[in-house]
Amino acid sequence: MNTTPQILRILPEVILTLVGVIIMLVEPLIAKSSSRKPLGWFSVLGVIAALAGSLYQYQLPSGTAYFGTVQTDPFSIFFHVLIAGIVLASLLIALDSAPDSTPFLGEYFALVCFGAVGMMLMSSAVELLLVFIGLEISSISTYILAGFRRKSAKAPESSIKYFLLGSFATAFFLYGIALVFGATGTTDISGIAQALGSSTTPMLALIGVSMMLIGLGFKVSAAPFQVWTPDVYEGAASPVVALMSTGPKVAAFAVLLRVLYGAVPALHLHWVPLLWLLAALSMTVGNLGALRQKNVKRMLAYSSIAHAGYLLVAFTALSADGIAAASFYAVSYAAMNVGVFAVVSHAGGYDDRLTLIEDYKGLAYRSPLLGGAMGFFLISLIGIPFTGGFFGKFYVFSAAIHSGFVWLAVIGLINSGIAAYYYLRVLAAIYSKPAESSPVMAVPAATLPLLLALLITVASTLILGIAPGRILAQAKAAAATYPVINPDADSAAVAGR
Amino acid sequence: MLIDSILTLTTFVPTAGAVVVALLPRKGRIIQWWTLLVSVVTFLLTLHLPAHFIYGQSGFQFEENYAWIANPAIRYHLGVDGISMWLVVLTGFLAVAGCLASWKTVETRTKEFYFFFLLQQTAMIGVFVALDMFLYYGFWELSLVPMAILIAMFGKERGPKTALKFFTYTFIPSALFLVAILYLYAKTGTFDYVKLQQALTANGSLFTADALGWVSLAFLVAFAVKVPVFPLHGWLSDTITDAPTAMAMVVAGKLGLYSILRFNLGLFPAQARAIAPLMIALSVIGLLYGACIALVQRDMKRLVAYSILSHLSFCTLGIFSFALSGLNGAVYQILNHGLSGSAMLILIGILYNRYGTYELSEYGGLAAKTPWLVTLFVITTLSLIGLPMLNGFVGEFLVLSGSYAHHAGWIFAATIGVILGAAYMLSMVQKIFYGPESAMITRHSVADLGFREHVILWPMAILMLVMGVASPYWIKAINGAVTGLADTATQTVTYTADHLPADHLPADHLLEKR
Repeated sequence: MNTTPQILRILPEVILTLVGVIIMLVEPLIAKSSSRKPLGWFSVLGVIAALAGSLYQYQLPSGTAYFGTVQTDPFSIFFHVLIAGIVLASLLIALDSAPDSTPFLGEYFALVCFGAVGMMLMSSAVELLLVFIGLEISSISTYILAGFRRKSAKAPESSIKYFLLGSFATAFFLYGIALVFGATGTTDISGIAQALGSSTTPMLALIGVSMMLIGLGFKVSAAPFQVWTPDVYEGAASPVVALMSTGPKVAAFAVLLRVLYGAVPALHLHWVPLLWLLAALSMTVGNLGALRQKNVKRMLAYSSIAHAGYLLVAFTALSADGIAAASFYAVSYAAMNVGVFAVVSHAGGYDDRLTLIEDYKGLAYRSPLLGGAMGFFLISLIGIPFTGGFFGKFYVFSAAIHSGFVWLAVIGLINSGIAAYYYLRVLAAIYSKPAESSPVMAVPAATLPLLLALLITVASTLILGIAPGRILAQAKAAAATYPVINPDADSAAVAGR
Repeated sequence: MLIDSILTLTTFVPTAGAVVVALLPRKGRIIQWWTLLVSVVTFLLTLHLPAHFIYGQSGFQFEENYAWIANPAIRYHLGVDGISMWLVVLTGFLAVAGCLASWKTVETRTKEFYFFFLLQQTAMIGVFVALDMFLYYGFWELSLVPMAILIAMFGKERGPKTALKFFTYTFIPSALFLVAILYLYAKTGTFDYVKLQQALTANGSLFTADALGWVSLAFLVAFAVKVPVFPLHGWLSDTITDAPTAMAMVVAGKLGLYSILRFNLGLFPAQARAIAPLMIALSVIGLLYGACIALVQRDMKRLVAYSILSHLSFCTLGIFSFALSGLNGAVYQILNHGLSGSAMLILIGILYNRYGTYELSEYGGLAAKTPWLVTLFVITTLSLIGLPMLNGFVGEFLVLSGSYAHHAGWIFAATIGVILGAAYMLSMVQKIFYGPESAMITRHSVADLGFREHVILWPMAILMLVMGVASPYWIKAINGAVTGLADTATQTVTYTADHLPADHLPADHLLEKR
């Protein structure tokens, strides 16, 4: 059909699979007593190669491969690059904070690579079954990673909880696919969009889409499907949380965009109110939940629920701006959240020496660099201008208001006002005087991988806030992949809700 | 010589200075000297504005206008007019004073302090010069961060709590303010202040009256909290008490008042007029309430905090009178208060530095020991209570006389506030400096003002006097900018020499009116 070699369409996935397999093969050859860190650096190189591979795909004309199951287009590349960036930073974080003595550290790096393959597949698949396979690859890797810290009592709990609820959600997703297939006779995204016009059972498709929404809602931890989040984040090691609070979520958001805007734009009158509700609930539940937390990781878990809510706001906008805003927000959320976990995992260490907000008292006194970086990420999470967090929020709510959802914006921004309180508690703790025997005094000095991870995340957060032009342009190009949903006469009815 | 992009320079020189501070070693007083140098340079740059300001020209000057982000249409648009110009200069001036005032009071964590101190300067100047709503909002929010962090770091044991209170108080209304900005953008397609103003006046059908009412209210509440206007002043006394002096000097007043003038009056004149009776009532209540509370304070920093509430209410009173002289007086009063209020905070900071307490009852009979301190303290006090010849009088007089025609009853109440103001300020002076010498004063023998303190305070005292007798120099620019905002249609106050002392109105303005 097209002259592009098919393998180039899945180049980043191929690279990462090879890297993962090589790590698995080499790991047993290394003496038991020696460090696994070189494998980590190897995986870092692999991810950089995958990143380059994704960027290379910009040279290719948009198109599908392997019987129309994967598609490279500005949208898929955008998310590939983002996922590669997240994985890169989280590998560096793991290299920084996981001690050499961690059992199966080699497998850890391999699993991260495999997980990345799954996430990337999710963003480029245009065939629901392949989406599902990507989802499974990414989920199974993260289930294992969540329980990686076997000696801690909370890790197995975290892993099991994540696994059980996650598979439940995946089942919903799969069932949704089946129903959509029943309604339209195809699992191909663009095929569904075409078949939906002539489908005699659009209700069936709608139910299917709602099921998929539930499944993906679990993955992005949108309320009311968020209950697992705080427990899992608390139990898992911080480098893992850095990855799983961003990577799989970003991929799930890509799928959600693909499905809603690619496959079922015709049903927008029905799904927009659902997303409205999900967004409003997630923001409120996330922020109110976070207010009560004393544990930093649990607080950040609730904050991630709230941020999923902000991102979902963009989905309701229906315009190209909405998709671009969602994509942009995904980037800025990833940058600041990975960043904050970089500091948390270094300061708290692999075994969570610092857990409570109290424990962070005086971090900026112990290390101005760590304290300053954490402060900066918190400020971005609050949404103070000249950071990525602000511009993301600004863009999302601007798109929503453009489409007439003023109330959703009011709910969202009041929420962000409330959110300022709990982020600031941490910020104030960081900058207040530590007690003599405070645990922050034992925080080790920053290492090279941590510095690299901080450099990546701080720079991206700052650039996204001050000079977002280029990334905005890429997000817009990604959004242009989808047909514009006409805000026709009946959308006035939606806007009124 | 006219410098291109002077506003960008003025705004970002402190940021560049802050970056250097972060890299400087923590040795000796290098960081202080560097910050002082940056502040002086910034101040000199701000002086460039009045030197090259073209009087009588309406609209904005020194404009810089570039595209920043293509879509959403955000521009990097800076400019000043007669209102903002002097506020920029004031900010530059207070930065130097603040830096000197912190010289010895901030001994630990100097790097953090001066880093955030300089960042705060950028944020404040940015608020005054930004003419793009997005940019403006950026600086507006940014101005909270260094403040909150410094309060948390330096506010004794209550610091973190106060910082939280201050931040959430101002941040939550700002969230609604952002909704309002985005709503305006959705309807008009621009963030640019000038274009927005045109769109709002030219195209009334774009908005329903209700929507505009809510939008302007969202603006007003965000600004009123920051001023603060009664009853939104809950954060003020703790913040003033716990913030380091250099920060307390700039936390209240000018940012919020300027924004009310610029946006509520500039963009929503009809809505601002509709809400004016309420605002006038709140101003007068705030004025009296602040004065009454100040009267019973035993802690001098709290006393000053409530006096700030009282004084700033004068400004809102003048603004919402919509009379030309009221507006002139309000802007002038912002400058006065920036100057004299800061001097007062520095002075009680000096007392605290020497005696370690703000408790009034501990003091007494200090005058004999520190003649210089008492001189400056009294001058500042007199300026704050509005003694003729000093700056405070001009502002208060213009406000009261301007608003009198329409709001005689309220103005009557406000003048009672003036009397109460004299009462609490003078009784504070009396308690600290006169009467029998207290045990604490006898126990600790302290030095009078040092060289550095003289250097900070004398220019301020001289300015108080100059601004008291040569007000037309400042009002000339202010008047040009506020004329468009005043109620010209229903102008009942006639500006003749027998209404106002001639030297308190610009001469050319008098000619125009005749």
